[in-house]
Amino acid sequence: MSDGTGTTWTCYDAATMTAREIYGRVLAEMGKTNPKIVGLSADLAKSTSIAFFEKAHADRFFNVGIAEQNLMGVAAGMAKMGLIPFASTFAVFASMRAAEQVRTDICYQNLPVKIIATHGGISFGAAGTTHHCTEDIAIMRSFANMTVIVPADGTETANAVRACVDIPGPVYIRIGRGFEPPYYDSEDYGFKIGKAHTVRDGSDLAVITCGIGVLQSVEAARTLEEADGLSVRVVNMHTVKPLDRDAIMKAVLDTRRIITVEEHNVLSGLGSAVADVIAESGKGCAFRKLGLPDTYSEVGYPEDLYAHYKLDANGIVDTIREVMKIEFEEDEDWEDEV
Amino acid sequence: MALSKEERQKLYAQARQLRKDIVDVTSWAGGAHIGGGLSVVDILTILYFKYLNIDPTNPCWEDRDRLVLSKGHAAVAYVPVLARRGFFSIEEMKTFNKFKSPFGMHPDSCKVTGCDASTGSLGHGLSMAVGMALGARVLGKDLKVYCILGDGECNEGSVWEALMAAAHYKLTNLVTIIDRNRLMIDGPTETVMGVEPLADKLKAFGMDVVPVNGHDMDALSEGIEKALGAKEKPIVILANTVKGKGIDFMEDQVPWHYGSVDAALKEKAHASIEKMYEAILKGVMA
Repeated sequence: MSDGTGTTWTCYDAATMTAREIYGRVLAEMGKTNPKIVGLSADLAKSTSIAFFEKAHADRFFNVGIAEQNLMGVAAGMAKMGLIPFASTFAVFASMRAAEQVRTDICYQNLPVKIIATHGGISFGAAGTTHHCTEDIAIMRSFANMTVIVPADGTETANAVRACVDIPGPVYIRIGRGFEPPYYDSEDYGFKIGKAHTVRDGSDLAVITCGIGVLQSVEAARTLEEADGLSVRVVNMHTVKPLDRDAIMKAVLDTRRIITVEEHNVLSGLGSAVADVIAESGKGCAFRKLGLPDTYSEVGYPEDLYAHYKLDANGIVDTIREVMKIEFEEDEDWEDEV
Repeated sequence: MALSKEERQKLYAQARQLRKDIVDVTSWAGGAHIGGGLSVVDILTILYFKYLNIDPTNPCWEDRDRLVLSKGHAAVAYVPVLARRGFFSIEEMKTFNKFKSPFGMHPDSCKVTGCDASTGSLGHGLSMAVGMALGARVLGKDLKVYCILGDGECNEGSVWEALMAAAHYKLTNLVTIIDRNRLMIDGPTETVMGVEPLADKLKAFGMDVVPVNGHDMDALSEGIEKALGAKEKPIVILANTVKGKGIDFMEDQVPWHYGSVDAALKEKAHASIEKMYEAILKGVMA
C-alpha cells in the first residue's frame, strides 16, 4: 500500500480507500503488464486519482491542462495509434464539456478509450450543481458503441476497470467522489460487464439499481424484511449499457413490482432504460423511479442530499412501502395484459 | 530539397486532374464543398504524392504517416486524392452522397480506406492529431502526423487547446497546415469573426509559423521541408490560398462554399481549370 502502485490491499484497506483511489492503484498495476495503457487527465490527476498511474508510469501519462475537449480528442488520437487511453476528469466535464468529442471522435470511430469519470451524481455535495452530474448516464448511453458502467463501490470499480480493457470499443465508468461506504467485501462475485449481479434475492418487489443505490437498497431490503416481512430483491445493474434485459424481465415476472434507484435525473437514466425494457415486453408491473426529480441538485453534504432525494435506505424503504400499496393484478395470466 | 522539374511537373499534372475530379464528384454528388476543396487540393496533392509515407496496398500499416483533414468538409477533394493515390477506384466516387455510400460530405475513417480520422465537426482534428503524435512518441515510432485546418475553423476554442498542447509537448513530429482561404460560410473571416493577426497568435501559442502560397508547389514543398526539420517548436504552415481556386467564376466567391454544378457549369469549370494550367505550364514549367 505504501508504494502507490500495488493492489495488494486487504479488505480493511478497501473499506477505507475511496473508489477513485482504488481505480488509480488498479490502473497503475495494470500498466505494469499492459504497455498499451496510457493515462490522461485535465488538471485533475490528483482529484481523480489517476495520479497513481502517473507516478508509476510517468512516460505514459499526459496532463493536457484544463482543456477537456482536447483531453478527449487527444485520447481518440492515441487510440487511433493502437494505444488504450484512460482519460479521467470529473463526470460533469467528461459528459458535457467534451460531449461532442466523446461522441464524434471516440464513439463514432469506435475507439477503445476508457473514460473514468469521478465525482459523478451528487457525490461532490458541497461543491454544488456546477460540479454535480446527474445527466451523464443519459448522455453516455445515447452514444452508439458506448458501454456505460456505474460500479457500486471501490471493489466493483476495480473489477470494472480491469474488465473494460477487454472491451474493444469505448467505455464510460462513472464513480463517485469516493467517501461512499462500500458494499462488496470481496472482488470474487463473478463480475461481468453487461451481466447484472443479484446481490439479494426476493419475491415481493425488486430494486434495480447501480452505484451508491446498491448498498442503500440492501439496507432497505433488510429493514423491510425485519419490519414488514417483505422479501425484496436487489439487482445491481452496474452495466447500464448494454443492459441485462434478462435480469429485468426475470424481476418483472418474479415480483411484478419494480423500483429503480439511481444518483441521476429520473429522466433518461437507468430507470428509463429499465422502463423501456418493461414497456417493450408488454408485461405490466407496478413501477417507480427514484432519482433526482428533473431538478438541479441542492448544495450540502452528500448524506444530506441522498436523504433529501430519497436515495438513502430510509427513502428507499418509504418508496417500496408506497409501491407495495399499489393495487395490481397479480394473477398468473399475462395474456390479458399484452 | 527543392522540387525537381519532373516532380514539379508531376504534382501540377496531378493537381490539374484532381481539380477536374472535384468538379466531377460535385456533379455526381449533387453538391459539395467545392470552394474549400479547391483551396486545399494543392496541399493534399503535395502531401499524398510526395511527402506521406504510406502504402495504399497496406492501408493499416502501423508505421505509416498519418493525416487528419480537420476541415473535413473538404472530403470532395480528399476522397479523389485517396482514389488517385490508389486506395480505391475513382469510379467508386460516383456513389458520393448516395444511400449507404462510404463517401459523404465529411470523411468517415471506418468506411473510407486510407482515411485516418473521421472529421467534419470543426475544431476536433488537431486534438486527434496531437494524440497521434504523442502516441507515436510513446510507441517509439518515427512517423509524421499532418493536420490540415481551415482558417474559419480557428474560431473554435478547441483548436487553441490543441495548439497549446502541441507546443507544450514540443511535438515536432506534427505538421499543422492552415488553409487560409479567407472565407467562411457567412462571409470573409475578418467580417464574420476575425482571426488576424493569425501568425502572431500562433507564435504566441508557442508555434513557429511558415507562411506560404498554398497553390505554389515549390513554396509548399519549402514550407513542409521546414516543418519536417523542426527541432524545438512545432511548425504551422500558414498556406495562403484562394477559395474556389482554378475555376474563375468560383474564385473568392462566398456562395461557392457549397454548391452544385449542372452539365453546362461542369463544362465551364473544366475549361477554366484547363486555362489555368495552360498558364501554369507556360510559367513554372518553362
